[in-house]
Amino acid sequence: MLEIRNLKKSYAEPSGNRLLILDIPQLDIGEGEQVVLRGESGGGKTTLLHIISGIVAADSGSIKLDGTELTKFSEPTRDRIRADKMGYVFQTFNLLPAFTALENVRLGMTFAKKKMNAARAKELLTKVGLSDRMHYLPSQLSVGQQQRVAVARALANKPRLLLADEPTANVDPSNQKRIIDLIQDVCREESVAILLVTHSDEIANRFERVEKLERINHAFAQRTAASDL
Amino acid sequence: MNLLSIAVRNLTYRKLPTALTMLSMALGVALVVLVLSISGIIEKTFERTGNVGYNLIVGAKGSDVQLTFNTVFFLSQPVENIKYSYYMEFMAGDERQKDFERIGGILEEPERRGAYSSSIQGGFAIPMCMGDYIDVFRCIGTTPDYFNRLKHGDNNDRDYKFAKGRNFVDYSDDNGFFEAVVGSQVAAEMKLTLDSEIFASHGSSDGAQHNQAFKIVGILESTGTPNDRGAFINIEGFYLLEGHVAPDRNDVTGKEVKGSAVAPVRDSKLSKVRLPIDKREVTAVLVKTEGMKGIGLQRQVNKSTSAQAVSPISVISGLLEQFVKPIKWALLAITSLVCIVSAISILVGIYNSMNERRRDIAVMRALGASRDHITAIILVESVLIAVGGGVLGWIAGHAVGPLSNTWTEPSTGVRVDFFSINSMMEPFIVPGLILIGILAGVIPALSAYRTSVVKSL
Repeated sequence: MLEIRNLKKSYAEPSGNRLLILDIPQLDIGEGEQVVLRGESGGGKTTLLHIISGIVAADSGSIKLDGTELTKFSEPTRDRIRADKMGYVFQTFNLLPAFTALENVRLGMTFAKKKMNAARAKELLTKVGLSDRMHYLPSQLSVGQQQRVAVARALANKPRLLLADEPTANVDPSNQKRIIDLIQDVCREESVAILLVTHSDEIANRFERVEKLERINHAFAQRTAASDL
Repeated sequence: MNLLSIAVRNLTYRKLPTALTMLSMALGVALVVLVLSISGIIEKTFERTGNVGYNLIVGAKGSDVQLTFNTVFFLSQPVENIKYSYYMEFMAGDERQKDFERIGGILEEPERRGAYSSSIQGGFAIPMCMGDYIDVFRCIGTTPDYFNRLKHGDNNDRDYKFAKGRNFVDYSDDNGFFEAVVGSQVAAEMKLTLDSEIFASHGSSDGAQHNQAFKIVGILESTGTPNDRGAFINIEGFYLLEGHVAPDRNDVTGKEVKGSAVAPVRDSKLSKVRLPIDKREVTAVLVKTEGMKGIGLQRQVNKSTSAQAVSPISVISGLLEQFVKPIKWALLAITSLVCIVSAISILVGIYNSMNERRRDIAVMRALGASRDHITAIILVESVLIAVGGGVLGWIAGHAVGPLSNTWTEPSTGVRVDFFSINSMMEPFIVPGLILIGILAGVIPALSAYRTSVVKSL
């Protein structure tokens, strides 16, 4: 479903040199597969999610989603593919404060080419246990409830791939389990693949496949070797 | 959700800044609409009063503007007088003879027709004597023809009507020559009713009044003309007031012959003795001619040494072009600047909110919104503020007119309805100002367009 080949990304340092952040020869995720990505802070996990989602362009390499090469597309097309085929859950939830829970979910549907039924937003919120909080503003919801809204929003367009960047980092332990259960259950139910970034062993243990960025990212080895010299 | 509902929600979430920005736009547009309406009313008032129902004013040589202001608007200092016999030159042969027989006095060749009478066939010539006041209002001595033959209104087809009473007559058995008619504003402000008595004064600082009273026999309906502010007395009674007898003058030097200004002997108020023709003067003669005869008559009168003829419409439209319209443009320029300031406030308002909203924009981008989507949302917000403020301002600007009719209609005669657009410029200026407001949203929209998702998340 997702095939990454020879993906490279570097950033310019203040000195003018280019720092290679990502060098991933191969990473594949199957349909409906649930994968955890672990790694050190600053290792490039979030950058990888940004590149897969098309927010950031790679320097080189190939990313195919359902056989479609994403890196060749212009930014507006990548935006459209992101809206249609990917869901994104952030560490800080990032709900829009002016919109109710229901509107936040429907907002996720606004920019997609495929038009989802507005009833799906309600259905998703019911699924995440917020049927009685649909018309609440984010400021009126608890932290755990906000992240559940964010999960519902990410799944609004029936994506093929859910990208989750430390979705439970700001949630208390009791809610962490509930949110991960929720993500896994709904994605399993709708055959959505997951690539979830986490630092938590407990969460990682709940996934069958765990990838360490240090292992798949050759740039890490190069940086380590350079610093050893 | 669509882009419009997202923009609406963004605006309603920031209620106070949105309302204040919209208010500043509304005030700007309301000011422009108000200036246009007021200048429209002024122009219309000028046009109405310029459309006086006569083509020429004949009066003493001097300033044409002063003669017009004095005669049409009852403003400015009274001008010099011309002889009553000169006024009689506008009468046909039989009329002149009849007037001579009615009044008496010395008149050369009373049986001949007036020198200018051929020019006003089918028209009229009405004399006016001015110089006195009733309280602060001008007192005009004239003949009953003033209200019998003059008309008013936009098309100059409305007769003068009396809210109470009737027109004064040349002589009445009850009041002799001493009847008066007052304009609606004079009656209201001086609380005059029928049968009230008024006393003319010279308007001097000592407030001295003539001791002869005039009885009010009619109160005019409001006309929206300066006549609302006039007190009209019978010209025959005017001549009989103390100091209104014209002295004889030396033919060579023009100096007064001392002791010649002698009033006729009258035994009672109801005496039918009139001031003789040779002792009379008039301040102005209102002349209406048929067709194009007025131009020839004006030229003819202006060639004479004793009088001038001015076209009030030319003088009034000249003043309108010279003073009123430049002031209107200046006011419009100022109020348009106010609107530009309002537009800048839209720019500043939305631009400042951009810093708070960068994360929201980045989230929307992460959810699949393109840069064009984000730009469109910000532009829709500025459109809503500009159009919303503009429409509110337009409504407010237009509502002021009908709300102030109570005060403005009596003095201007112009009734302003909500939808009466008094200026041809309004359909262009108001949308133009709204467009400026919309354009003010372009800069914040471009800023939103350039928002970095990675840095803002």
